[in-house]
Amino acid sequence: MRSSLNLFLLAVLASGGAVLAQTSSTYNLGRTPTQEEIRTWDIAISPDGKELPPGRGSAKEGAAIYAQKCASCHGPTGAEQGQTDFPLVGGKGTLTTLHPVRTLGSFWPFATTIWDYIRRAMPQGKEGSLTVDEVYAVTAYLLYRNGIIQESDSLNATSLPKIQMPNRNGFVPAKPAWKPREKRPFGFYP
Amino acid sequence: MRKRIENGTELTSRRKFVKRLGGTALAGLAIGGIRTAGGRTEKLEATASPPKDPRAYGQRSRFVTSGRLGRSSTAFPSLSPLQDSEGIITPAALHFTVGVPGSGPWEIDPQKQRLMIHGMVGRPLIFTMDELKRLPSVSRIHFLECAGNSYLRLPFRQNPVTVQHTHGMTGCSEWTGVLLSVLLREAGVQKAASWVVAEGSDPDKHWRSIPVEKAMDDVLVAYAQNGEPVRPEQGYPLRLVVPGWEGNINVKWLRRIKAVDQPYMTRQETTKYADVRPDGKGRWFNFEMAAKSVITFPSGGQQLPGRGFYEIRGLAWSGRGTVRKVEVSTDGGRTWTDAELQSPVLRIAHTRFRFAWKWDGQEALLQSRCTDDLGDTQPTMDEFAKLWGVSKDYWLSTSNFIHHCNAIQPWKVTADGRVRNAIFS
Repeated sequence: MRSSLNLFLLAVLASGGAVLAQTSSTYNLGRTPTQEEIRTWDIAISPDGKELPPGRGSAKEGAAIYAQKCASCHGPTGAEQGQTDFPLVGGKGTLTTLHPVRTLGSFWPFATTIWDYIRRAMPQGKEGSLTVDEVYAVTAYLLYRNGIIQESDSLNATSLPKIQMPNRNGFVPAKPAWKPREKRPFGFYP
Repeated sequence: MRKRIENGTELTSRRKFVKRLGGTALAGLAIGGIRTAGGRTEKLEATASPPKDPRAYGQRSRFVTSGRLGRSSTAFPSLSPLQDSEGIITPAALHFTVGVPGSGPWEIDPQKQRLMIHGMVGRPLIFTMDELKRLPSVSRIHFLECAGNSYLRLPFRQNPVTVQHTHGMTGCSEWTGVLLSVLLREAGVQKAASWVVAEGSDPDKHWRSIPVEKAMDDVLVAYAQNGEPVRPEQGYPLRLVVPGWEGNINVKWLRRIKAVDQPYMTRQETTKYADVRPDGKGRWFNFEMAAKSVITFPSGGQQLPGRGFYEIRGLAWSGRGTVRKVEVSTDGGRTWTDAELQSPVLRIAHTRFRFAWKWDGQEALLQSRCTDDLGDTQPTMDEFAKLWGVSKDYWLSTSNFIHHCNAIQPWKVTADGRVRNAIFS
């Protein structure tokens, strides 16, 4: 997958988009944010996890937080349908069937995405209310429930990005690689 | 003219109608309503009140009742009534909308809204709405379409009767704003930046990765739609318009653009808007909406009063360019004839087509087929299934939800003049 993604990236870069670093401001509008403002706003977590904040949480700790703050929508164990499109847990072996079940374990390619999404968007109605340690703990619990880590494991900024998700190599980019405004043979879609 | 307040909130004299806020309140809002390290946002109170005279902002006739349709009785009405549409511009009040958090529109006080440009740039910048509006502006007519529009078996529309059910998640507006390229150049985007991530200030802080080549091409940071401020459910006061790309990437309530060196693999792009092929492989980063068209009259659920003249009308669009031709068939696909295209025919915009038809009172199958200027042609349902490597019956038996379906939509006119959806028959 990594190589196909790089090819995709190359195609994007080679497609004529000359992006030049401009050396000076043209309009002199806007102001420079403080480092503190950037730090507060910037919650983006990349797949290599370099932005992950310090902290830690174990699957066992996560179980208690999950029961308290997540189970009402996602079901008592995460394997239930809950109020979402798919359960969080299970789905192994279903992707090639008529009824693919896309869970964290069966489909999600990056553990960092789980951490990022819980931190920014969960729990619904109280988004952003979990502490950093709680986000690590709930992530660990859901990975444990999907059989990806052990119940005794805990996660931190170093260990989380190293987790190999089961469906990590299960993706193909749109083919042929995206090139803007280039004629596409019939059949590009899907 | 300009009063600069040290915490970064600016008020101009032309904004006198906005209630001035006390210093204490402003201090808490110095970073655009974003309160916590976790990026939590709070719902902000509006500072303006609507005009007292209802005629000050006009209303349509009480005889006109066309409206959007929700996915359920309690959901925000999201599907646009294409069967009642004319021309190519969708009224903002009828434009489809997906992803409205909670029970209603998410409103942000424009005085408190900020846009930050940062990451791999020489000069990180924060803009107020007033500053953004001072930058060079452009107005462009583009369609938006949900990636799931016209999918065959949406769970919430098991019985897709009308064109509003089948194709209602698209609309076309004139969008006004600043080109994202202007903002990125102003911030001195670095050569090594290959992607940007765009983030909203809605409760989910929705975010998506966009290749920098697209960001520097035609992406718009829009504050106006059809000549007035963008509607709350469309992202007021600021949203991204990414021409031709799936609706989900057109981030609403925009607060942040970060220049980065890779796609950030957000939840939406790696899971929800990735599709599963029948062989189990996930397809991701499938950005562009394909060439598509649909007949809006006569369409599903309508009743023709009798034989005689009808003008078949419809909409065509392509996320990759300009509609080159639309063909119409009234005989079940045996013959196809070019429809008339209403000018202007614009790049990445709805295009209205018309086709004179005399109904002889016999059963008829009405279909339209779009070809864009890159030569992409809309497939039939059978061809679409073939592209997926499945039979047409697959869609009747699977619960697999896929995006980017652009199959031809057939409407069957029965001898008694009723029109019904014939996608599977």
